[in-house]
Amino acid sequence: MFTRHRGSEGRRPSRYGNGETQVHLRGLLTENLSLNVEKSGATAATGGSSVTYGRPAPSESAVVGGEYEGRRGLPGAAGRPPSGMTQSVVVQVGQCGNQIGCCFWDLALREHAAVNQKGIYDEAISSFFRNVDTRAVGHKVFGSLYQEQILEKLRKSAEHCDCLQCFFIIHSMGGGTGSGLGTFLLKVLEDEFPEVYRFVTSIYPSGEDDVITSPYNSILAMKELNEHADCVLPIDNQSLFDIISKIELMMNSGKLGTVIKPKSLVTSSAGTSKKRQEKPFDKMNNIVANLLLNLTSSARFEGSLNMDLNEISMNLVPFPQLHYLVSSLTPLYTLADVNIPPRRLDQMFSDAFSKDHQLIRADPKHSLYLACALMVRGNVQISDLRRNIERLKPSLQFVSWNQEGWKTSLCSVPPVGHTHSLLALANNTCVKPTFIELRERFMRLYKKKAHLHHYLQIEGMEEGCFTEAVSSLSALIQEYNQLDATKSLPVEDIPRLSVAV
Amino acid sequence: MSIVTVQLGQCGNQIGFEVFDALFSDSHCPQKFCSKRENEAYQASCKERFFSEEEDGVPVARAVLVDMEPKVINQTLSRAAHSGRWKYGQHSHLCQKQGSGNNWAYGYSVHGPRHEESIMNLIQKEVEKCDSLSGFFIVMSMAGGTGSGLGAFLTQNLQDQYSNSLKMNQIIWPYGTGEVIVQNYNSILTLSHLYRSSDALLVHENDAVHKICAKLMNIKQISFRDINQVLAHQLGSVFQPTYSGEGSFHYRRNPLVDLMEDLVPHPEFKMLGVRNIPQMSENSLAYSTFTWAGLLKHLRQMLISNAKMEEGIDWQVRPPLSGLPTLGKMPLSKELHFNTSIANLVILRGKDVHSADLGAFKDPALYTSWLEPVTAFNVWKTQRAFSKYEKSAALVSNSQSLVKPLDMIVGKAWNMFASKAYLHQYTKFGIEEEDFLDGFALLEQVIASYSNL
Repeated sequence: MFTRHRGSEGRRPSRYGNGETQVHLRGLLTENLSLNVEKSGATAATGGSSVTYGRPAPSESAVVGGEYEGRRGLPGAAGRPPSGMTQSVVVQVGQCGNQIGCCFWDLALREHAAVNQKGIYDEAISSFFRNVDTRAVGHKVFGSLYQEQILEKLRKSAEHCDCLQCFFIIHSMGGGTGSGLGTFLLKVLEDEFPEVYRFVTSIYPSGEDDVITSPYNSILAMKELNEHADCVLPIDNQSLFDIISKIELMMNSGKLGTVIKPKSLVTSSAGTSKKRQEKPFDKMNNIVANLLLNLTSSARFEGSLNMDLNEISMNLVPFPQLHYLVSSLTPLYTLADVNIPPRRLDQMFSDAFSKDHQLIRADPKHSLYLACALMVRGNVQISDLRRNIERLKPSLQFVSWNQEGWKTSLCSVPPVGHTHSLLALANNTCVKPTFIELRERFMRLYKKKAHLHHYLQIEGMEEGCFTEAVSSLSALIQEYNQLDATKSLPVEDIPRLSVAV
Repeated sequence: MSIVTVQLGQCGNQIGFEVFDALFSDSHCPQKFCSKRENEAYQASCKERFFSEEEDGVPVARAVLVDMEPKVINQTLSRAAHSGRWKYGQHSHLCQKQGSGNNWAYGYSVHGPRHEESIMNLIQKEVEKCDSLSGFFIVMSMAGGTGSGLGAFLTQNLQDQYSNSLKMNQIIWPYGTGEVIVQNYNSILTLSHLYRSSDALLVHENDAVHKICAKLMNIKQISFRDINQVLAHQLGSVFQPTYSGEGSFHYRRNPLVDLMEDLVPHPEFKMLGVRNIPQMSENSLAYSTFTWAGLLKHLRQMLISNAKMEEGIDWQVRPPLSGLPTLGKMPLSKELHFNTSIANLVILRGKDVHSADLGAFKDPALYTSWLEPVTAFNVWKTQRAFSKYEKSAALVSNSQSLVKPLDMIVGKAWNMFASKAYLHQYTKFGIEEEDFLDGFALLEQVIASYSNL
């Protein structure tokens, strides 16, 4: 059973119950504040449905504490990273978050190593990350004690950055830690570092979710995301799984010239016992890690049209509440370690808008765009970008006040081993079904008051929290409804200011 | 007299580099059509204007580089240094770590005041290196956050601190279909502020230059570098030295003052555009010959039909019959057929330049009624050819040609403003709805004034 801690000081305790009611904690606080967590067999309940068993916990990450240690042959750097660029702090919460986070580090290091043949610790590397490992706080309910610890860690990380631009929070919505702690952190970050952007990558629960109470967790988390995140990138496991299947199909179909690299993350089945139902979490996490990589590529590497992280929020969030962005990564083979002869560039752009390439179940083409960003990497020039925008525009519907709402960026450095890639971010009403479904699943449970007592036992939790959360979600859905209603209306010209001549 | 250039933001810095490079390359181009002495005078004049000298003999661009994030400036500095031919001053730049996020308000209200002192100090240092200062070029885009917002702030500052010197803003007009979603907001805020504090706005449209790259230069995969080089070529052909007057062989001392006098007779009308002919790839150049008559004929038609390049010109467009009063307010919903000018400046460079006949440009029908052609039209010349072009002509005009693009931007921005989209991003940093409305009002006024020529 989980323990309850009452805060001894004024800070309010966490309001979120831990949805995993049967998690045992056998914690071992090592010197580095990491916990070895073991789960009881009964429920497969931790950190949302992106749980893998058997993957060893990564050893102390090479960038823990921010000192960049020698890894992959790169010399260690003494002291602080060279200044001159902004930094971001990645906060990995819960098991899901941590799995993804570690994937991300691997990829980021590889990218910078590839660019930096001499292995000199350079600015681009420092531009990034400090790893804050919150597994330390595990699955316990908060008291002010833990909040202080986390804050301390975060403050230390922030101190090392001479210009902290952004927090990336990676978590799941369905589990307890990821959802509860993850979103609690949002509020903490907002209070403590109000000027630093908060980007959240949230794994939304899929249909067949392992955690029974995930709808409760998700709804409660949504309220926090609504109120305290600058930008949310919702992702769902089913879409990731489908993408993996597509990639495997591509590779196994024996397409011309396909060469699978020996240690390919996607295809290597060496060592894993494949059960039919087991989900390829490593590969799925890899996709999300790539998302973050591409999101930040223009800030880390040079290009003819740079895009900083603060520009994402500026361009893609027309109204504060509407900050949910649907993402897609193309070409798919860049997500796998394969050598496929580069396909036609234009195909990459077309695919970015297809519903099969989105990281959540959504169909942007048949919904309404509020704004769209195209972040291109590699040997792609402005004329390629413009040609494709012109070509694809007619098949997309944009809101009346943003008919040409495109934000674009060109980064010269492609992902390792590939010639080009594209990340598309869409602020589009196609997120609505995800939210509606979330609400429906919640209502099914809530109507029967199923499992509710676990939450209400926690100090600070009451039914009001749930009703507020549902209201908040309903209001959001309503916003999207109103926008959708304008879809088929003709675009009217608004009378201009008339001036005396 | 010297010109100090301030390069702002990614766009400003990328373009600034290409401009200095074009100026330098041209001034060191082998010359066939003028005497050695003349060439040396040209080079000296160009140098005085745009470069200062350091102990090692490598010319240093008279420029201050400003950006709110470091990548572009680092690239720009190293590109110049690696060329070995010219460079930027070691301490002539300011960069921060975090950009303006495409937010005009952030550039104007946060970065501006925060870095005002440092930037003005850098500019002062550069000014002190000049024997005498003609004025400033400020190179910036309208669409982003730094060039636009910080640029507007800085121009105001320059007006206060250097009231006796001229300021010409080189403004990059973004592509119609977005580079930046809030580009229209940023543009109207920039233009309305600059209209109050700048002396002239020399506008370059990405769409137009892109077409030149595609159609005239035959570039298949057009990069920003290609675009910037075409732009730099256009600017170079305007600002390289020219004779100070008819019959003179001395080079003009103060091009900015002359330009303002010739082109900006009234502060209500300060939007200038550049056209340049011929423009083509080097391969094609080898096989082409030109006459002044041909070049000028095309240039004139480009002007009156509002074409931005020498291909696809509408030859049907004719000036209204002389003697008749010019038509009243042009309906903006229809094509603007005839492009009326307030003032034009033609700049000719190359072989037999004195034989060029410019009579057709003096036709009063081209101009608005309240200026005599003798005032409205001017020509600058030099026998010294520009870059690889045996003959080339540039036209800087103050005309209606920017009305349509301006109207489009204002329309789109207004549309977005009516829905209040993105406003919270601006109000966060102190730019309120009233500030937007002020901007709209001013620009509608500009559109109306130009339309009524």
